[in-house]
Amino acid sequence: MLPFILKRVFQSLLVLIITGAIAFSMFTFVGDPIDNMLGQERTMEDVERLRAQLGLDQPIPVQYVKFLGEAVQGNFGVSYRQGREVSEIIKERAPATLELAALSAVFAIVVGIALGVFTAIRRDGFVANFIMSSSLIGVSLPTFLIGILLIYLFSVELGWLPSFGRGEVVRVGWWSTGFLTETGLKALILPSITLGLYQMTLIMRLVRSEMLEVLRQDYIRFARARGLSERVINFRHALKNTMVPVITVIGLQLGAIIAFAIITETVFQWPGLGLLFINAIQFVDIPVMAAYLMMISVMFVVINLLVDILYAFIDPRLRVSAK
Amino acid sequence: MKTSTVLFTVAALLSTSAMVNAETLRWARAGDALTLDPHSQNEGPSHTMRHQMYEPLIIRDTDGNFVPTLATDWAPSADNPNVWVFNLREGVKFHDGADFTAEDVVFSFERAKQPNSDMKELIGSITEVRAVSDYVVEIETDGPNPILPSNLTNLFMMDKDWTEANNTVNVQDFEGGEITFATTNVNGTGAYTLVSREPDVKTVMARNEDYWGRNEFPMEVSEIVYTPIQNAATRVAALLSGEVDFLQDMPVQDLARVSEADGLVVKQAPQNRVIFFGMNQGADDIEADNVEGANPLADVRVRKAMSMAINRDAIQKVVMRGQSQPAGMIAPPFVNGWTAEMDGESVTDVEGAKALMADAGYEDGFSIRLDCPNDRYINDEAICQAAVGMLGQIGVTVNLDAIPKAQHFPKITDGATDFYMLGWGVPTYDSEYVFNFLVHGRESDIGTWNGTGYDNDEMDAKIKSLASNTDLEARNADIASIWRTVQDEQLYIPIHHQVLNWGMADNVGIEVDPEDQPRVKYFTMK
Repeated sequence: MLPFILKRVFQSLLVLIITGAIAFSMFTFVGDPIDNMLGQERTMEDVERLRAQLGLDQPIPVQYVKFLGEAVQGNFGVSYRQGREVSEIIKERAPATLELAALSAVFAIVVGIALGVFTAIRRDGFVANFIMSSSLIGVSLPTFLIGILLIYLFSVELGWLPSFGRGEVVRVGWWSTGFLTETGLKALILPSITLGLYQMTLIMRLVRSEMLEVLRQDYIRFARARGLSERVINFRHALKNTMVPVITVIGLQLGAIIAFAIITETVFQWPGLGLLFINAIQFVDIPVMAAYLMMISVMFVVINLLVDILYAFIDPRLRVSAK
Repeated sequence: MKTSTVLFTVAALLSTSAMVNAETLRWARAGDALTLDPHSQNEGPSHTMRHQMYEPLIIRDTDGNFVPTLATDWAPSADNPNVWVFNLREGVKFHDGADFTAEDVVFSFERAKQPNSDMKELIGSITEVRAVSDYVVEIETDGPNPILPSNLTNLFMMDKDWTEANNTVNVQDFEGGEITFATTNVNGTGAYTLVSREPDVKTVMARNEDYWGRNEFPMEVSEIVYTPIQNAATRVAALLSGEVDFLQDMPVQDLARVSEADGLVVKQAPQNRVIFFGMNQGADDIEADNVEGANPLADVRVRKAMSMAINRDAIQKVVMRGQSQPAGMIAPPFVNGWTAEMDGESVTDVEGAKALMADAGYEDGFSIRLDCPNDRYINDEAICQAAVGMLGQIGVTVNLDAIPKAQHFPKITDGATDFYMLGWGVPTYDSEYVFNFLVHGRESDIGTWNGTGYDNDEMDAKIKSLASNTDLEARNADIASIWRTVQDEQLYIPIHHQVLNWGMADNVGIEVDPEDQPRVKYFTMK
């Protein structure tokens, strides 16, 4: 078992280093940060001085190795745009994204499973068919459009919910939370629906098809024959057995929710990591871009690593082949 | 009984909150200030934020005229042509209660000249600032400098004692990520004080009841809540839904929508920015074209023909939806040296242009690459696309390369483009600024944005002499003659002056500032 884990960990590190290298080589195409940092009155000397000061006059591989060396010690450098430590900024922005992602995940899971079970049980009902076909819209509409539509309906036309920002936040230590105030909670509603809608429809369709599969199985028929109530059959016996693949998908999608919060955060001016990243790209804020991309790749690599290891525990065949 | 008490309380609360709301200005724009340090980062949104809380000696009004602020009057010294004398306003207090005196002015200028300061270039000619008395300051420059006051309108005054006591005498090292007391705290003389600030999220300011101009200006806004909202659609939605009272950076496509909405108005004014194309005429051969061994742009007839092919009225109508003023020279209308006559010199004449092309030996045309930004100016890429079609009419086949500004501008400064779009604002309101950057031959500290390869020693000498010519009439004559050459040589192809739009609730009263610098002390709230 141990050699298997070690091998996987080693592979993950390799993936991280390669991802970082690709990211770094792309930064040259994003543009020249110096241009944004100095005003139009700058002289060529200013440009040269700043370039040398930031180490941008060195070749990309050298810059990358330097970045890795510093990053290992937890130092991600200083944002070109905000002039503050990147780690500070990320710490400040993380709560907004994590709260949004958590609420979106809860929304996706609860609503997704409920609708999935419903559409599976009432397979031919009018309501179930309506839900199924409208869920196609949820899958095919791009996130920014859904966000804008929700803003138009609930903020501009009805005036019920705020169109941007987090509302009032309360500080708990270094963590800032929007869960403790009314405006904070209101501000969470539209962005989390926007962010979680895709995952919600995904989970719903998955639960439905798994459930239909399970309902056809013999033990369900036997349960019916025993005279168990529909509720017990559906929720205790059928749903439980559909959950194994659903949980796997949920785990993998959680990473996607955090990573793809970028668009939702831009539409709702949500002060989280995604918005930070978009700002960084426009300003060519290399330290922030590098730190964010590394963070996201670490997150994905860790999730995949855990999944691999869990599979190995569950399925002994994987362990054997690893030897 | 109980219910009615509760109802009454709720009603009372609602009415008070409505009263408070009426005086709060909720303000949004695309970007946030980068720092609060008054002498770091010479940049629009940062200055806007500072202008509410700090003050310079003088500011400009919406017509570009100087307005006395911390200085009441100023004039060149009678004894020494290199010296300007500024009389300071008496009785001004900083937010912490300290008096504003000449000592603070001297200190602030010294601070703004530090290496980390972003304002040092603007006051580079100043050699010494002296306090003559508590309320008189002399500023000496390295030669006569007739337009010195123009460079002081964003130079903010700090309190010497406060800055020293809080260990923030040095301007922050922005690139090094330094956070100092002055980057997060404010002690200015301005009409508003800082209440709280979260960078990129929200900044709250409150009215300074002890402001020297409390009775002179409306100052009807008691609280400012400033929120940057980056996404254009969200920004407009926030205004439409009433969550924001005042909006800068209005997207052009939403102007009609906002002005038709109940309770909202859009106000506009010509902006201090002109959009134009530059052409590399200096090189013997250029890379971006298909002509071997020659540079078609070196021929003034080709440059004239290209300018004549551009239909500026069509661009104004179709691309800009009316939100621009066609331009004939590359200076905004309120700049010293601008004339209506020269600004009207661009005429569309496709037949005449074809004839000029034939004269120059290019009747079959040529092809060339146009470099264009796609995220800097209003509809920048669309303007370039329109130009592609118009230049095609005279046989110039244009390949458009539209890229983000962070990649576009280095091309101009590095000389990697032969045909490009550029926009220019003139913070000093004087033509010398335009000439220094766009007409003077390119050197390390002058002509830095001149990508045309134009380098004329006689012109360079004339441009350099403007800086110290105190005879304003002779100086203006020189400016006019330089412009004449720029126009005759068709150094650039002017397109239009941008128009600036501010959206606001109809109870907000303010006129648009051509430099996009709202000062809340002038706002009225009905």
